[in-house]
Amino acid sequence: MATTEIKLDPTTKKLSLISFSGDFDKLTAVFTLATGAAAVGYEVNVFFTFWGLDAIKIKQGRSAVGKGFLPKVFGLFMGGLKSAPVSRLNFGGISPKIFRYLMRKNNVATLEELVEAAKLLGINFYACEMAMHILGIQKTDLIPEVKDILGVATFLKLADGGQTLFI
Amino acid sequence: MANYKLDITKEHCPMTFVKTKIELSKLKAGDTLEVLLTEGEPLENVPRSSEEQGFKVLSITEAEVKGTHLIVIQK
Repeated sequence: MATTEIKLDPTTKKLSLISFSGDFDKLTAVFTLATGAAAVGYEVNVFFTFWGLDAIKIKQGRSAVGKGFLPKVFGLFMGGLKSAPVSRLNFGGISPKIFRYLMRKNNVATLEELVEAAKLLGINFYACEMAMHILGIQKTDLIPEVKDILGVATFLKLADGGQTLFI
Repeated sequence: MANYKLDITKEHCPMTFVKTKIELSKLKAGDTLEVLLTEGEPLENVPRSSEEQGFKVLSITEAEVKGTHLIVIQK
């Protein structure tokens, strides 16, 4: 599966993020760190696994993405970027709407704007092969910016020599 | 040679850096980018990270509005 050619440049600063959580606030942290680092010259890799995969689904709302009955049910409940809950005080999905309002009001980039910036900055998006397998998610369910589908060993090689964070 | 302008005084982290980086990527050799920014993190880091990425910071001057600075970056 992994076709990524790994070229390690010791002179480039590097940040690799493991985006595990599909929560709105934690995804905001992922994309804030990723875009900020890329903008100041870091090479940035983001490895989306488990609920983090919700952030890179083509369908951003709730839809039965996934192959098979149980994955479809999961897909429907989890949804994509637009239906990400906040990790605390979600209040049935009202809080993310309040957050988006507050971000716009205070001129802070919204999660969607950060994701678009990440694409423009050429941040490397990778998806976890194992999590995709469990959740029945196909490569065609994910945005085209996803560079490759990887396992742990390839991710570790990519992250080697840089900083790695799990969010 | 083109001269680009960018105002990031209303932006917050990380968009201060992101917008600068995106504008810088449009520059061809010799082109300049004028960035209006606020004191603190943007003033400390935008010139430094631009230089780290191979751009030249031609000048940093105080702008009209108190607490804002104008920096000129060249590719």
